Amino acid sequence: MQEPLEVNYQELQHLVSERALKGETVLLNMGPQHPSTHGVLRLLLELDGEVIINCIPDIGFLHTGIEKNMESKRWEMAEVMTDRTDYLNTTGNNLAYCLALERLAELDVPPRAQAVRVILVELERISNHLVWLGTHALDLAAMSMFLYCFREREAILDIKEMCSGQRMMTTYFRPGGLWRDIPAEFEIAVRRFIRMFPGRIKEYEALLKKNPIFMDRTRNIGKISAQDAINLSCSGPVLRGSGVAYDVRKAQPYSGYEQYDFMIPTGTHGDVYDRYQVRMEELRQSLRIIQQALDKLPYGPFRSNNRKYVPPPRAELGTSMEAVIHHFKLWTEGFTIPAGAVYQPVESPKGELGFYVESDGGNQPYRVHMRTPSFVHLQALPFMCKGHLVADLVGIIGSIDIVLGDCDR
Amino acid sequence: MSDEHLKLTLKALKDRFGIHESQFMKYPPTMEAGPEQIVGICKMLLDEFGFNFLCELTAVDYWPQEEPRFNIIYGFYSHAENERIAVRVPLKGDHPSLPTIEGIYHGANWHERELWDMFGIFFEGHSDLRRIIMPHDWEGHPLRKDYPLGYEEPQFTFNYDEIDQRKHHARYEEA
Repeated sequence: MQEPLEVNYQELQHLVSERALKGETVLLNMGPQHPSTHGVLRLLLELDGEVIINCIPDIGFLHTGIEKNMESKRWEMAEVMTDRTDYLNTTGNNLAYCLALERLAELDVPPRAQAVRVILVELERISNHLVWLGTHALDLAAMSMFLYCFREREAILDIKEMCSGQRMMTTYFRPGGLWRDIPAEFEIAVRRFIRMFPGRIKEYEALLKKNPIFMDRTRNIGKISAQDAINLSCSGPVLRGSGVAYDVRKAQPYSGYEQYDFMIPTGTHGDVYDRYQVRMEELRQSLRIIQQALDKLPYGPFRSNNRKYVPPPRAELGTSMEAVIHHFKLWTEGFTIPAGAVYQPVESPKGELGFYVESDGGNQPYRVHMRTPSFVHLQALPFMCKGHLVADLVGIIGSIDIVLGDCDR
Repeated sequence: MSDEHLKLTLKALKDRFGIHESQFMKYPPTMEAGPEQIVGICKMLLDEFGFNFLCELTAVDYWPQEEPRFNIIYGFYSHAENERIAVRVPLKGDHPSLPTIEGIYHGANWHERELWDMFGIFFEGHSDLRRIIMPHDWEGHPLRKDYPLGYEEPQFTFNYDEIDQRKHHARYEEA
């Protein structure tokens, strides 16, 4: 019988305290199949009674080699894999990848495509925050939130399905614009959603905001100062909860975000409750952006006219030889992107999502690296949970909003 | 909020470290530095120019090219000035090493572990350089270009022993 493969005791010696080696504290495994770890995250906890002395995250259970796989796919095929990293923010990942490619290839994106991208990405942000809110509240024993949140998320998935034919993994954004134009009923559906949703936010807040159980379990829990958060490279709601108004949409606008009027909500204490409030306010701000983008949604082409990257319209294939050639080239060998590299950050619902994309001039990416917020935030988890109870750890994990697919890639 | 600060930073980097700008990266503005300079550069960027946020740390493998085989890319952001800057560090040879910047930016810890895991780049002085994504007994560094993108080899009778030696934990045992 083989010895089970376990992490060697000596290997962990430098991570746990002296007391653990003497046997005064307990080492406890949490996960990787624990429902409150939001996926397959394993935490090795060092406990003194119920108090966490140390927490050692162990990730990689959901590693699927996406970065390696992308290197052997053509540019447009590799985009499909970006959906699979953060599966709650699929259009946001597509957007980051497309923006990086567009920057490398100096490809223009028509205003209509940019506005539609903003609408869909903001809807996705709401949908992501709804899943976060539902699961976070569920972890803290507010079961009904989960059901309400998924009810509203359904409406967003329907809108995505209407545009792209897919509910989750859309790959609707393509380098140079969109896959196809939005259908006529898109605007009606989105307007119906933004009419309905503010009332629903009020309902959520009525359930949680002043709820004494929720407040007890979230206030002064998982505190992180702005200084520490920045030094640990935290971004997004985690950083904003600590009072730093950093949002890539405002700091370095992309896809036309500079045209829209919205606020960056911030917290003061940097605890779980502040992060909750930041995200709830972000729901409202996203609605504002969608409203503005929808009101001035421009007419015009939905994708670039650059035929080296974007396929010609179907109707042209019958009349133009050039269109046939472009079509043939795009469908047999894909497009090439001039040699170079770029780091493109976007604001994903979880924080700063950065794509480092490098091209060697061929039709496949030479290297793609995703700087994913879940990976970076999980690193800050041990700093947040020291000195808290095991029960609070569940709330802290929920408050940093991790997706393990995003973390392990 | 202006380019002034960025120009000043780039000029200071050029003057003090004698390094040059790399045109390879389209965004953000990039400097190319040697592995022994990186700690000094990070300290200067953090203390004097306010680049307090390490936004990116990754590597690229240029195999079969040997000099340089790897490039490490550091990306920095300044919250005060709203500027981004990147530093590329070319590394020679198959087993490169360079000093860690974990002491300056704590956020670099996991990124450096990831680079060790995926590329086999050794960070001197790192507090916890274990594999992070792959299992701890994994062999090889998957994101290297000479690492094949392949599948598990099926175990047949003719190669049973060979695979069994490597992966005894996958052995089928009758209950």
